[in-house]
Amino acid sequence: MTTTTLAVLVPLLPFLGAAAGLLLGRTAPGFVRPLAVLPTLTALVLAAIVAVRQGGDASVTAATELTPTGSIPIELALYIDGFAALVAVVVGLVATCVQIYSTGYLREDPRYPSYAALVSLFTSAMFLVVYSGDLIVLLVGWEVMGICSYFLVGHYWETPEARAASIKAFLVTKLGDVPFLIGLFALATDAGSFRITTVLATVTHGGLDHPTLVALLLLAGVAGKSAQFPLHTWLPDAMAGPTPVSALIHAATMVAAGVYFVARLLPVFEASSAAMVTLAVMAAITMVGSGLAALAQDDIKRVLAYSTIGQLGYMTGALAVGDRGAAVFHLLSHGAFKALLFLAAGVIIHAAGTNSLAAMSRMSHLRDRVPDAYWTMTVALLALAAIPPFSGFFSKESVLGAAEHITAGHTEHAPGAAGWTVLVAGLLTALLTAAYATRLWLLTFHGRGAEAPDHGRQPLTMTVVLWVLAVPSLALGGLAYRTLPDWFDGNDLAPTLTTSVLGTGVALAGGLVTYAAWRHLAGLAARVPLGAVAAHPEGDAGLVEAEAIATHAPAYGDVASAPDPADPGRLLLGPLHRHAAVGFHLDAVYRALFVRPVQAGASLVRFLDREVVDTYVRGAGALPRWLGAAVRRAQTGNVQTYVSALLAGTVVLAVAALLVASGA
Amino acid sequence: MHLAYPAVLSALLFCTGLYGVLARRNAILILMSVELMLNAVNLNLVAFDVWLSRTAEETLHSGQALTLFTIAIAAAEIGIGLAIVLAVHRNRGTADIDRLRDTAEGHESPAADGPDSDTPATGTAAEKAEATA
Repeated sequence: MTTTTLAVLVPLLPFLGAAAGLLLGRTAPGFVRPLAVLPTLTALVLAAIVAVRQGGDASVTAATELTPTGSIPIELALYIDGFAALVAVVVGLVATCVQIYSTGYLREDPRYPSYAALVSLFTSAMFLVVYSGDLIVLLVGWEVMGICSYFLVGHYWETPEARAASIKAFLVTKLGDVPFLIGLFALATDAGSFRITTVLATVTHGGLDHPTLVALLLLAGVAGKSAQFPLHTWLPDAMAGPTPVSALIHAATMVAAGVYFVARLLPVFEASSAAMVTLAVMAAITMVGSGLAALAQDDIKRVLAYSTIGQLGYMTGALAVGDRGAAVFHLLSHGAFKALLFLAAGVIIHAAGTNSLAAMSRMSHLRDRVPDAYWTMTVALLALAAIPPFSGFFSKESVLGAAEHITAGHTEHAPGAAGWTVLVAGLLTALLTAAYATRLWLLTFHGRGAEAPDHGRQPLTMTVVLWVLAVPSLALGGLAYRTLPDWFDGNDLAPTLTTSVLGTGVALAGGLVTYAAWRHLAGLAARVPLGAVAAHPEGDAGLVEAEAIATHAPAYGDVASAPDPADPGRLLLGPLHRHAAVGFHLDAVYRALFVRPVQAGASLVRFLDREVVDTYVRGAGALPRWLGAAVRRAQTGNVQTYVSALLAGTVVLAVAALLVASGA
Repeated sequence: MHLAYPAVLSALLFCTGLYGVLARRNAILILMSVELMLNAVNLNLVAFDVWLSRTAEETLHSGQALTLFTIAIAAAEIGIGLAIVLAVHRNRGTADIDRLRDTAEGHESPAADGPDSDTPATGTAAEKAEATA
């Protein structure tokens, strides 16, 4: 088969799997698991073949126009360069791992068939975004992901948290998607085509009339999808979904789509220095803010969610300094280790019966209960904290190196201010990342107190994929940083000495400070008991997690934080902890700015409808009713009265007719 | 004979009948008054038929034919009317038209309680409803 045929099959297979899963889910339950895993696995293999055949050489393009649309043509186009080929492989790898993991994680869930089909549809949409060479086709995949994430985040729709989180995720991403759509139209009007190749050629020749406007409009959509400040607030709440969904959405697919989109159209953004500075500032605020917030979270998955936002900030930072090779490199390695972190967190939540770090820190021997999760999560956290030689080190250093390169004065692509912003924020975030990674590791695996409950071994499907993902988390960066430039733009991705020493130094400092704080507070944990909320310990992992999330707010008063004085994050952040725990009150600001006015408007409309419009309607009904009541009084039941009235009427009519006839 | 005599006679008959319909309380007397009015009309029909056919060259005597119709219909009407009055009298023990006011506005008909009420009066209520219908 030609490379084009294989590439078409990659998004098509999971889509067909999703359709078949939705149709056969009830009638043939035996086929649900194969239908979920096999198409995704085949798509992974095909994506790998496509990547090998493409090999970083000339990009594979193919296009067919289904039907003339009048003005700017919309084509079914493929555009596979090195970026697309490699991102597709990571998407396929993570999606396959998530599907396999889900068969164990949700093995008793009655809604597993629809869940698996939606995950397949989600995967297919992401493949479409990755391979598409036409912006409108890309938008189709982009929006399908949005609606799938709505359904998947709301998988446990019995709990109010999940319902609120799914609606929030959908609305916030849509808030970005509206300017995104307008930006796409403006871009296509300037370029005369929706084809990415044509758009890029137009940009190269300086044919773009409004580069700043287009770039800023597109950035709004990217911020919504990739959870960048100020549209990041949906992502921590989206943790109400099942853990495999968090791994899929937050590692390789939906949040990566925004970064990937900017990487694809980077010349468009580079045409406007205002857009690049905006991107840099956005990335800097996102990185530092999410690092501080992650340090104050109590829910293990919310820590990871904020860390995802921060790592995405690194990627947008790399894009802001014009190095998409570094951005996609970090996307690849982050995809592997973040998926691993989430999947391992799912195993830990199942074993501990709680998602609260405060409760886990009062449990001893948790690491003996889940040795696979312990070792793989240690690897992933080291990668997250960018400790050499784990893969996160190389990708993060490539980002910092690119920023440092810009500050040195080579400002052909990006303004120097962007370089400094990204570099300083990146180093600060490296410190914070190491701090919250250490805090997560210490609180989870080095708790002291009662022994963790023993539910026996975790299912094999859930532990094997952890080791599968641990391999790229460990080795991808070190093995790939020399070969990846051939696939990308050719920029050197090797870590430079200055940034490596600086980055690793601050990371070690962050880890050590957290460790010291933890040691300092060690005695306090025993004196302040905080109960774990283990419910249905024999149920499947999905059930345990759903109940853990639902009971967090009643037990600790908040979904995000716990009143735990032994938390090292509380000591390190000091007075900032209270604000960081609630994401620096951004939700409250949005509540005051958007939710309250909308609710006030809704109650005004309700008042107008109930009190004003309905008054007219009731008045229109009341007049005939009064008339009817008056006329009904004439109905006495005496037939003779009726006949008398009839006679009187006849006489009157006859007299009138006579008068008219005689001309009086 | 001049047309005025039968016309005046029929007018008197009609007015007598009308007075009876409006003023009498016994249902049978009302029916009798209706008959008087019908017969006044019959008299008119016959008289005008004769008067009109006197000048016409040829006539179908349609007035007389219509009179025959009226007599037949009146016979049927009085039969049904008497049967109804009889049934009402059997049910209620009276044929007083002033006391048969079940269709009045605000009248609480016993049948309006609903057909599924399990009171012993259900049977009679149904019969009454049937009788007043």
